[in-house]
Amino acid sequence: MHIAEGFLPPAHAIGWTVAAAPFVVHGARCVVKEVREHPESTLLLGAAGAFTFVLSAIKLPSFNGSSSHPTGTGLGAVLFRPPVMALLGTVVLLFQALLLAHGGLTTLGANAFSMAVVGPWVGYGAYRLVRRVGGGLLPGVFAAMALADLATYVTTSLQLALAFPDAESGLVGAALKYLGVFAVTQVPLAVGEGLLGVLLFRVLTVNARPELERLGVLRPAPEPGFGAEPRPASGAETRPASGAENRPGSGAGTGTAEREELR
Amino acid sequence: MRRHLVTALLVLAVIALFATPLLLDRDSEYAGTDSQATELVQESDPGYEPWFESVFSPGSSEIESGLFALQAALGGGVLGYAIGRLRGRRTAQRAAAESPTPGP
Repeated sequence: MHIAEGFLPPAHAIGWTVAAAPFVVHGARCVVKEVREHPESTLLLGAAGAFTFVLSAIKLPSFNGSSSHPTGTGLGAVLFRPPVMALLGTVVLLFQALLLAHGGLTTLGANAFSMAVVGPWVGYGAYRLVRRVGGGLLPGVFAAMALADLATYVTTSLQLALAFPDAESGLVGAALKYLGVFAVTQVPLAVGEGLLGVLLFRVLTVNARPELERLGVLRPAPEPGFGAEPRPASGAETRPASGAENRPGSGAGTGTAEREELR
Repeated sequence: MRRHLVTALLVLAVIALFATPLLLDRDSEYAGTDSQATELVQESDPGYEPWFESVFSPGSSEIESGLFALQAALGGGVLGYAIGRLRGRRTAQRAAAESPTPGP
């Protein structure tokens, strides 16, 4: 979804930079505040940034014979809310603009707006919507990841259409043309990204439960004594730590992720 | 067991999703969408000249793919470190809870 260096007219480049800047500045403040008030979430913040870093480096083939990369911004948006991703996504874009000649400094504003602002907000909105209508955590995460990815590419298409309207068919024609390149390619990638997000969240719900509860992603577990508790506090049966997660699904106290799924 | 089965199925689905295009359409070049968009811009507006050059361009496609690999490795390393730390913490908590003299 990178718009290449110099490929937006100066007025557009400046316009998108001005549009993205407040989000990024606000995001930077949110990151600093989060780290200062909750130093324990640094690990998860790192994980969210790293996830975007990995995914946006990997170009994957798609069904229409072209290739593109996922964005990975939905994860951090669900965990820490979208402003945090405005900073993390922009850092990734800056790295790629400076070291990889992918994207660019003049188009950084436009690229940040699509990947670090629109993507996370759409993903977060999708997540909230799924949770609101009674969907579980994992369906919510899937929707967040997939739609954050897709929305980013749709935004890029619209940005290009605005800058280069078609001579005959105008803005709409140009938008359809760029959507044909970006959005169609991106559908399978968005699905794949959704599945990857679900995989990662399954790991996090087990291993980062306290953080997820504090961040409001998971509801606090019921008080001990109500049914069997898979939390460390139980200690009723002694098991080797390695086999801890694979208790039979039908038994009491299945992985907390599965219980969460049913909500 | 069910948990591991679901994990395995998810991993398989992701692999299948990205392997299928390669199997179905072997001749395609899988050009990047970024460069396709650049071509479209130049088609629709042949007079447009990029007005700014990248401050640094990798000298060859080998260097470029190496830098992409570096980006993925950095991200993967940090992600793995974070998850490893979280997992280790949980294991330690469990061990502390199960030991006869619980820690503070």
